[in-house]
Amino acid sequence: MLYAFLCYNNEAAVMSWTQEEDDAVMAKLDVVHQRLANEGRMGPSMRLMPTSAATTLVKEKDLILDGPYAETKEALLGLYILDCKDLDHAHSVARELAQANPGGAYEVRPIRLYVQGADQSHAAP
Amino acid sequence: MTDIAWIDAAISSARPQAVGALLRYFRDLDLAEEAFQEACLRALRNWPKNGPPRDPAAWLIFVGRNAALDQVRRRAKQTALPDEDQISDLDDAEGAVAEAIDNSDYRDDVLRLLFTCCHPDLPATQQIALALRIVSGLSVKQIAKAFLVSEAAMEQRITRAKRKIGEGNVPFEAPGPIERAERLAAVMAMIYLVFNEGYSAYGGEAEARGPLCDEAIRLTRLLLRLYPSEPELMGLLALMLLQHARSAARFDTNGAIVLLEDQIRALWQRDKINEGLALLDKAIRHQQRGAYQVQAAIAALHARAATAADTDWTQIELLYRALEEMQPSPVVTLNRAVAVSKAQGPEAALALIAPLADRLDGYFYFHGVRGAFLSQLNRNAEARDAYGRAIALAQTPAEAAHIRQHLDKLQADSAAAKK
Repeated sequence: MLYAFLCYNNEAAVMSWTQEEDDAVMAKLDVVHQRLANEGRMGPSMRLMPTSAATTLVKEKDLILDGPYAETKEALLGLYILDCKDLDHAHSVARELAQANPGGAYEVRPIRLYVQGADQSHAAP
Repeated sequence: MTDIAWIDAAISSARPQAVGALLRYFRDLDLAEEAFQEACLRALRNWPKNGPPRDPAAWLIFVGRNAALDQVRRRAKQTALPDEDQISDLDDAEGAVAEAIDNSDYRDDVLRLLFTCCHPDLPATQQIALALRIVSGLSVKQIAKAFLVSEAAMEQRITRAKRKIGEGNVPFEAPGPIERAERLAAVMAMIYLVFNEGYSAYGGEAEARGPLCDEAIRLTRLLLRLYPSEPELMGLLALMLLQHARSAARFDTNGAIVLLEDQIRALWQRDKINEGLALLDKAIRHQQRGAYQVQAAIAALHARAATAADTDWTQIELLYRALEEMQPSPVVTLNRAVAVSKAQGPEAALALIAPLADRLDGYFYFHGVRGAFLSQLNRNAEARDAYGRAIALAQTPAEAAHIRQHLDKLQADSAAAKK
């Protein structure tokens, strides 16, 4: 079974880490990542940019707001990783998806670090 | 990351909100700071045992407020009680506080706290020192080190600045939209000064001052979370990220300045550049021109060029022209002239800066740039004079050494031509 692990934390505190502290955490994580990769379990992993870089398309209103998706009524049901030319392009892609699947919202958040990981198509349920 | 390091990060990132809210309750900076200190002491005792709270800022505000109220009551036995309406009452529990202090309270609290440090009677350096002490929580020792003064001198400077603020009227009512915009503009200018204190440092100073850049970026990120739709805030954050991304390439191993065109671009930090570009993209959607956005757009064009030769100087020149309209200044014109020299040649650039000679005669960079234009035109004697003026006006050994290189090159070139 493939599982998605969604990482939550106190953003202000994490963004306050010094480079050394950040590097230390990443180094510790890398040990775990490496083991998981050796076992063929590691799919794509990524670190998102801060929420200050996010915009959100509210689908029904066709409205783009600055900032992350902040409502708590809806649940996170899926995600895409898409290669877009720029933010405008990303928004037009989001609108196209919204046409096919109205309701809810798409938060568009640039990715800071993307690691491809192993091909896991064989592991799909 | 150890527990203590984590608690430290949680406390320091919650500090602006917490001190800002405590200032709103007590209307007294010293009392707000004392209350926060007390809350931090209790957090250090409590959090390792019980784990950090979900909302560290709300916890610190609640505990700090209780502690300070005790203090006020104890003092009140000696002096008269302060007016009832000066101190909010205290029957709400922590959970209720966390809900009550929503985003809109926080944002005005943080803005008020920062704006308090921008008192117009305070010189810029005192505004910065005060903000670093009160808002960022840097120790007097750290700030003194960054400003190359003794700890005692900095302590005195901060105390004096605080007294000045105490005399003035800190605005406590919630600001209207126009006031809010004005406060935000003043605060952005002050934060950019903090950044430049760090950015302009070189050599041995850079280590002590470098953290000022990170702090300015952190404060702007915080403001942007609180004011998510301000394009100029996005522009300012983008500008600082794009500039700071180059920090590892700006000096060589001897501490000498490396000009943008000579920098090793592989040393630029891609993640900072990408975040800056993403923020600029966000800002431009609003179609509200602003000086920080234009400067960020200029920095973005440099960041996007794979090599110095790929730089889009025509576009950069247009952006400087736009900046000149928004903020007319001879220094902006001088920067535009550099773009003109790249796009149209040194002759046009020299003509552009000729009228600035009187106003910028005492400015190191003016003579350095003029020397470069003249030497590109092979007017070597004049170039030597201009470089000589620049060296005389240099404020740092790195600046002087940089011009000295140009002079040496000029000398070598003319010697080679004679052979």
